[in-house]
Amino acid sequence: MMKVLIVGATSAIAQAVARQMAARGDTLFLLARSEERLAALEADLRIRGAPLVGSSAFDAAALDRHAALLQQAHAHMGGIDVVLVAYGTLNEQQACERDVGQTLQALHTNGTSVIALLTLLANRFEAQGHGTLAVIGSVAGDRGRQSNYVYGTAKGMLAIFLQGLRNRLHRCGVNVLTIKPGFVDTPMTAAFEKGPLWASPEQVASRIILAIDKGWDVVYAPAFWRLIMLVITTIPERVFKRLSL
Amino acid sequence: MPASHAELRAALAGANGQPVIARGLGRSYGDSSLAPTVFSSLSRAMLLEFDTERGLLRCEAGASLADILAVIVPRGWFLPVTPGTRFVTAGGALASDVHGKNHHVDGCFSAHVTEIELMLADGTVVHCAADRNRELFQATCGGMGLTGIILSVQLRLRRIDSALIAQRTFRARSLEHAFELFEREADATYSVAWIDCVAAGRQLGRSLLMTGEHAGPGTLAPATARPIAVPADLPARLLNRRTVGAFNSLYFHLPRAADSLVHYEKFFYPLDRLLQWNRLYGRKGFLQYQFVLPLEAGAAGMQEILSRISASGKGSFLAVLKRLGGQNANYLSFPVAGYTLALDFKMEEGVLELLNELDAMVAGHGGRLYLAKDSRMSVETFRRGYPAWEKLQAVRALHGASGRFASLQSERIGL
Repeated sequence: MMKVLIVGATSAIAQAVARQMAARGDTLFLLARSEERLAALEADLRIRGAPLVGSSAFDAAALDRHAALLQQAHAHMGGIDVVLVAYGTLNEQQACERDVGQTLQALHTNGTSVIALLTLLANRFEAQGHGTLAVIGSVAGDRGRQSNYVYGTAKGMLAIFLQGLRNRLHRCGVNVLTIKPGFVDTPMTAAFEKGPLWASPEQVASRIILAIDKGWDVVYAPAFWRLIMLVITTIPERVFKRLSL
Repeated sequence: MPASHAELRAALAGANGQPVIARGLGRSYGDSSLAPTVFSSLSRAMLLEFDTERGLLRCEAGASLADILAVIVPRGWFLPVTPGTRFVTAGGALASDVHGKNHHVDGCFSAHVTEIELMLADGTVVHCAADRNRELFQATCGGMGLTGIILSVQLRLRRIDSALIAQRTFRARSLEHAFELFEREADATYSVAWIDCVAAGRQLGRSLLMTGEHAGPGTLAPATARPIAVPADLPARLLNRRTVGAFNSLYFHLPRAADSLVHYEKFFYPLDRLLQWNRLYGRKGFLQYQFVLPLEAGAAGMQEILSRISASGKGSFLAVLKRLGGQNANYLSFPVAGYTLALDFKMEEGVLELLNELDAMVAGHGGRLYLAKDSRMSVETFRRGYPAWEKLQAVRALHGASGRFASLQSERIGL
């Protein structure tokens, strides 16, 4: 039975993870922006079997509030074993290309705000000497490509930061997990036409929980993305730059 | 569909008068949840309240029956009415006012719904029940999403002591024999017959009748079988009169225990184990056709229709015969006291004409078609089958739903 803090708990993948964890009796603390949805999610998870659920409103951009919220989660659950960072936005690539402000905002929401939170969490976990920090990145962070490189940059930034954290925290017995989902059918991707490569939030959630339980470093969700990205990252740059992926 | 009420209200306003329709898991067979603008309810799937003592569950409309069962069964509760698949949402089950194998005893899904929350076209949220905003409730249950967006549903559950069903199987030599068996087993909680539509002559309508009761105290654990999926569309030629006829003969004669204990998943949801089963019909797919004939039509009426189907050679792979109980007060709710037959037709030449013929025969006997299965019924057939359609229209007009909530089906049948 784990004590799990989920940041961005009302996102589709986070909800699926929370539900699966509730069903196996984990204790949960939820952070998200909408208090209305948080209240409904709390009730939902309790019904599904979570022994203890707490929540608090959270704004990724309000960096000065992060420390207090972590303290609140810790107090409510009596500790934190696992943190899942699951918030983010899928910014419109074309809009970012035309507007510096939007690009920097996207990088902040998906990249630096997460890094700010992780900086606090890393110190906390280093002191406690156990646990898992799990962050949802993306296959988009494995290689920049013309259709979504602003989003890819933020996720790639996270991947490298997490590599460093993993290296630093290994000696303290703390796991750092980089989660790399492929295409997932969620409200975030509502505008996209779906095909055979698309996964459900529930499928991705199962992979995440498996990876956390087994102490993995990196998990592709679903698993076949590891192979796809191996091919993608192996393509020489002089070839890749000609493609329209 | 936006998750919060405020955002949903804004989205409705932002639709700019363009009609929208809500969609759950999309298991209706035709165009009931197809429209230029579709609001998916799947992002609103929370369980809101569960009174484990009194068996009352309140959930958002996008929660699936599968999800609900996974939570309530281990705690000794069951759905009072369930259709043949658990992959439908609570909202969808209400919008189609689904019926189950126990309709003759327990009525439709709506009979066990104590209250719903509905968002009207202007964004107001109303609470409806049998005794509260009654006409709106009667219009919404079975109303195919045409009155507004169902936000949440409160259900009265049924107590169970075990996840198992005590099943009994009977062989009926003919349609008349099947009817006799249904009447003889009228006290059984659950009953359904699988029927052979390909066999002709004296064997016309030979069936396997299955009855069930919730078993005594026992395990409440879920079934462990994992579903298998049909990976791709099969060649359409694989399903033809000969192969289906052979399968049916084999299935009918397979030795089977007269009495057995089966897990509820196997009893209620045999098809759910085979995901994407529609692919068995190949790329052109299939049509599902379900109608009910009132008791007055008798076995002779059903016999006439079954003979026509058998003669056409367009043998149906899966055909289900059920005895339905009385009609409820909802305007578009399908069941009337009588017998319903549900069948698939592989999409091929001549099928649409055949179905038009069947429509006329059904209407001639005073019957009607099930909207959740329909993809091609005409305005005339619909109006003849559902005389209360005008009451539905009046309620829609009163609550600003006309022209705001519509589907390809509603446009086709003149609503």
